[in-house]
Amino acid sequence: MPKKATPMSSQSIEDYLKAFYILSRNGKSVSTTEIAEHFKIAPASVTEMLKKLAKKGYVKYSPYHGAYLTHKGFQVAEKITRKHRLLERFLHDVLRIRKDKVHIEACAMEHALSDEAEESLCRFLSHPDRCPDDGKIIPACDLPFSTCAECVELHKKDFEESGRRQRVPVSISQLKQGERGTVSFIRGEHKILQRLSDMGLTPGTEVTVVKSAPFHGPLEILVRGSRLALGRGMTEIIFVEAGKV
Amino acid sequence: MIQRKLIIALAGNANVGKSVIFNYFTGLHQHIGNWPGKTVERAEGTLCFRDYTIDIIDLPGIYSLSTYSLEELVSRKYIAVERPDLVINVVDASVLERNLFFTLQLMELETPMVVALNQVDIAKRKGIEIDTEKLEQLLGVPVVPTVATKGIGMSQLLERAIEVIEKGQTTRREVRYGEEVEERIARITETLQGIQFYYPGRYVAVKLLEGDEEIAREVARLAPQAADAAKKLADEIENLHGHPYSTVITSERYEAAGRVARQAQKLVPPVKPTTEERLHNITTHRIAGYLIMVFSLLLIFYAIFTFGNYTSDLLNNLFSGLKPFSTSLFGTGIVGDLVWGGVAEGLIAGVTVALPYIIPFYIVLYFLEDSGYLSRVAFLMDNVMHKIGLHGKAFIPMMLGYGCNVPACLGCRIMETERERTLAAFVTTLVPCAARTVIILGLVGHFIGIQWALVLYVFDLLVIFSLGRLAFRVLPGEPSALIMEMADYRMPDLKTVLKETWFRLAEFIKIAFPLIIVGSLVLKAADVFGLLNPVANMLSPVTVTWLGLPVITGVTLIFGVLRKELSLILLATLLAPVGLQALTPVQMVVFTLVAMFYIPCVATISALVREFGGRKALFITLFEVVFAIILGGVAFRLLTLVP
Repeated sequence: MPKKATPMSSQSIEDYLKAFYILSRNGKSVSTTEIAEHFKIAPASVTEMLKKLAKKGYVKYSPYHGAYLTHKGFQVAEKITRKHRLLERFLHDVLRIRKDKVHIEACAMEHALSDEAEESLCRFLSHPDRCPDDGKIIPACDLPFSTCAECVELHKKDFEESGRRQRVPVSISQLKQGERGTVSFIRGEHKILQRLSDMGLTPGTEVTVVKSAPFHGPLEILVRGSRLALGRGMTEIIFVEAGKV
Repeated sequence: MIQRKLIIALAGNANVGKSVIFNYFTGLHQHIGNWPGKTVERAEGTLCFRDYTIDIIDLPGIYSLSTYSLEELVSRKYIAVERPDLVINVVDASVLERNLFFTLQLMELETPMVVALNQVDIAKRKGIEIDTEKLEQLLGVPVVPTVATKGIGMSQLLERAIEVIEKGQTTRREVRYGEEVEERIARITETLQGIQFYYPGRYVAVKLLEGDEEIAREVARLAPQAADAAKKLADEIENLHGHPYSTVITSERYEAAGRVARQAQKLVPPVKPTTEERLHNITTHRIAGYLIMVFSLLLIFYAIFTFGNYTSDLLNNLFSGLKPFSTSLFGTGIVGDLVWGGVAEGLIAGVTVALPYIIPFYIVLYFLEDSGYLSRVAFLMDNVMHKIGLHGKAFIPMMLGYGCNVPACLGCRIMETERERTLAAFVTTLVPCAARTVIILGLVGHFIGIQWALVLYVFDLLVIFSLGRLAFRVLPGEPSALIMEMADYRMPDLKTVLKETWFRLAEFIKIAFPLIIVGSLVLKAADVFGLLNPVANMLSPVTVTWLGLPVITGVTLIFGVLRKELSLILLATLLAPVGLQALTPVQMVVFTLVAMFYIPCVATISALVREFGGRKALFITLFEVVFAIILGGVAFRLLTLVP
C-alpha cells in the first residue's frame, strides 16, 4: 500500500495507477473519495497525490471532478496490471497457492518483474485470459503480434527486432457504445482464431461496438457491414486499437 | 425424350433465404433426414425442369468451409467428394462482403456454380445497389438477382444453372492472394502434382498453408513428403508476414471479397433508420428488450394453451364418439379392450396433444425464428445461459421444449460442441412440455388455483437453473462463447414456416407414435392380465410411504412414461367416481412435481438415444427418476408442515 511519503517511489506510482485502472471502468473519471476508500487513506492525501501524478503527466486532474488516466498513465497502469494478473495465474496454477492469497503475493512481486520475464511468463502459461481470483481480463502485451501463435514462433528468433507497439490494444469488451477500433490482436488457439476470422474478424478489420446487453452480457458489434453478437468470452480475447479508423 | 437426372446443391450463409429457394423449387417433394452417420440435417427434394429431373440438396447454412463445425465439414466433403452437377450459392445482397467470402471458397473448390443474389429488395431498401453484370464479370460465374419470397428470378436461376451444366464453366476467376502466398501455392501445387485428391490441387495447397487439419491428414496419408514440404513453406510465410498462415490467408480472402463487393455495389445509406433497424434497436434494448421478450413469450404461451385446451377437448369428444364402432367390430372381450384401450386410445391421446398444442406452438416459434427474433432473444439471454455453462443460442431449444421435448432435443444441434449439446439436451428435458403443462394446469391450476400453477413454473425454472449449474460443474470442459450473426429482421415466409412445422411434426409422429402405441398396448395387456395392481403394490413403499400418494399413482406414473399427461387422465379414471378431487392439495402438488421431473417420456428418451447414445440417455433418465422421487418426498414433508 502506498504511503503519504514524498517524493513518490515508482512502486507507489504504479500502485496508484493500477488502482485507477481498476476503478475507472469505461474510461470514466474517478473521484477523490473513491480512491480514498480504495486505499483507506484521507481524501486530503489523495488530492496531494493526484496533483503529483498530474504533474508527471500520468493523470488529468481537476478539483471536484476527480481524475482520469492519460495515455501515458494508462500504459503504465495496464502494464503493471498485466504483470500482476499473470503473476497471480503463475502463483495459483503452478505453485498451487490458494486463490485468496495470490493477490497479496502478486502485489509485492509485480514491480520487480521485468518486461522480458513478463513475456516469457505469458508464453509459459500459454497466454491466459483471466486472473484466477476474480476472473478479470489480463490485458494484452505490447508486442506487435496479431496472435499468440506468432509470439511463440517468433520468440525463438529475433524478438527484439519486432519492436514494441506504440499503443497497447484494448479488448473490445472495454470499448464504449458507439466506439470504433481496428482489430490488432486476438488471443486464443487455432480453432477460435479460425472461427473469428471466418466471421470476418481478421487483424486489420474495423469493428464498431453498437451496444452491450445488461449485466455484462454479450456485445453487439458491426463488422464488415454485418451485425454480430459476441459473448463476453469472445469479446475479451479480441483486442483493438481504439479510435484508429 | 429421355429424362436426364441432375443434382444441384444449395449452399450459403445462414439467414440468406436458402430454404425459401429450396421450398420454392421442390414444393412438397421433399425428404428431410440426416447425413449418414452424422447429426446434421440433410434436406433433399426433387423438381422437374425442361427434360431434367433435378435432385436438390439443401446444405446447412454456414459461413465458411473450414472445419470449425460438423456442418462445414459435411458441406465441404459433399461438394468435393460427391460432386453435385452444380452448386447454387445463395448470397444475401445486403451483406455482400461476408457472403462473398463464402462464394470465393466455393470458387476455390472449382465446383460448377451459379450465384443467386437474393433479397435484392431488402438491400435496395438499405441503400445498397448492386451491379449484377459487374459482379458476374468480377467473379466469372453467372449471377442472378432474386427475391425468393416473391418468386422473382427463380426460373432464370434454373436456366442459368442448366446452361452452366450443359456448356461447362470456363469463365470462373481464380482467387488471387498476395505474391508471397501465390509463390508458395505454386510450389506446393508442384510437389503435389500427380497425386489424386478429392479436392483440386490449388485448393489443397491453399488449405495446407492455412493449416487445415483434415486436408493435412489426407495429404500426409497420400504423400508424406509433400506434407512436410508444405509445412516448411507455410512456416516461411509466417516469417515473412509476421502473422500465422491461417489468418494471413483468411484475411486476404476477406480482402478479395471486400474488393469485389466494393466494386460491384453502390452504397447510399438511407437518412432515416429503416423500420427493421428500429425494430432491432427496441427488441435488443437493455430494458425494453426484456419487457418485450417476457410479454411476447407469455402472450404466446397463454394464447396457445387457451387454444390448445379448447381444441383438445373438442377432439377428445369427437374421438370418444368412435368407441361404439370399435366395440361393435372387436367386441368387449380382451381383443376389443386391447384394440380400443391399447391402440386407439394411444393414438387418440397422441393426436389430441400433438395437433392442438404442438402445431400452433411450432408455427409461432418458426415464425419468430424466420423473422430473426429468436437470435435477438439469444442475445438477451446469453448472460443467463452462461450461468449454466451454455451460451445464448441454447435458449432456443429450451423454448422448443415448452412445446415438446423431442424436437427440443434434436434442436440442441445448434450448439457447437458435444459437451454443450449434451448439457443443453439435459436442461431441455426438464422443461415442462405441453403434456406436463396439461398436468400442471389440469390438476394444480384447476383445483388449487392458477397462482400455484405459476409457482410451479417458476420453481421449474429454478430447478433447471440449479441442475444446469450442477451439470455444468460436473461435465469437464470450458464453455464456448457466443458468436452469432444477427441478420436484419424480415417478413417471415409463411410457406417456409409451415413446411418447417410440418417436418418437425412428422419427426415427432415418426419417433413418438409407434412408441406410444406399442407402449399403450403393452400396458393395456398388463392391465387385462391383472399385472398392474401387483406392480402398484410393489411400488407402494415409494409412492405411499415416501411420497404420500395413493397406491394407484404407481400405475398412473408408469403410464406417464409413455406420455406424461396420460398419468393424469388415468388417475382421473382410476379415482372415479370422486375424480381428482379425491386427492388432497398436498398430494396434488406432490404428484404434479413428480410428474414434471420423474423421467423423460419414451419419445424423448429415444430422441436422446438417437442424438447422444444409450449411455448418456440412460444416465439422464436414471438421474431424473431419482431426483424426482427425492424432490417429491421432500416436498411432501415440507408441505404437510404448513397447514
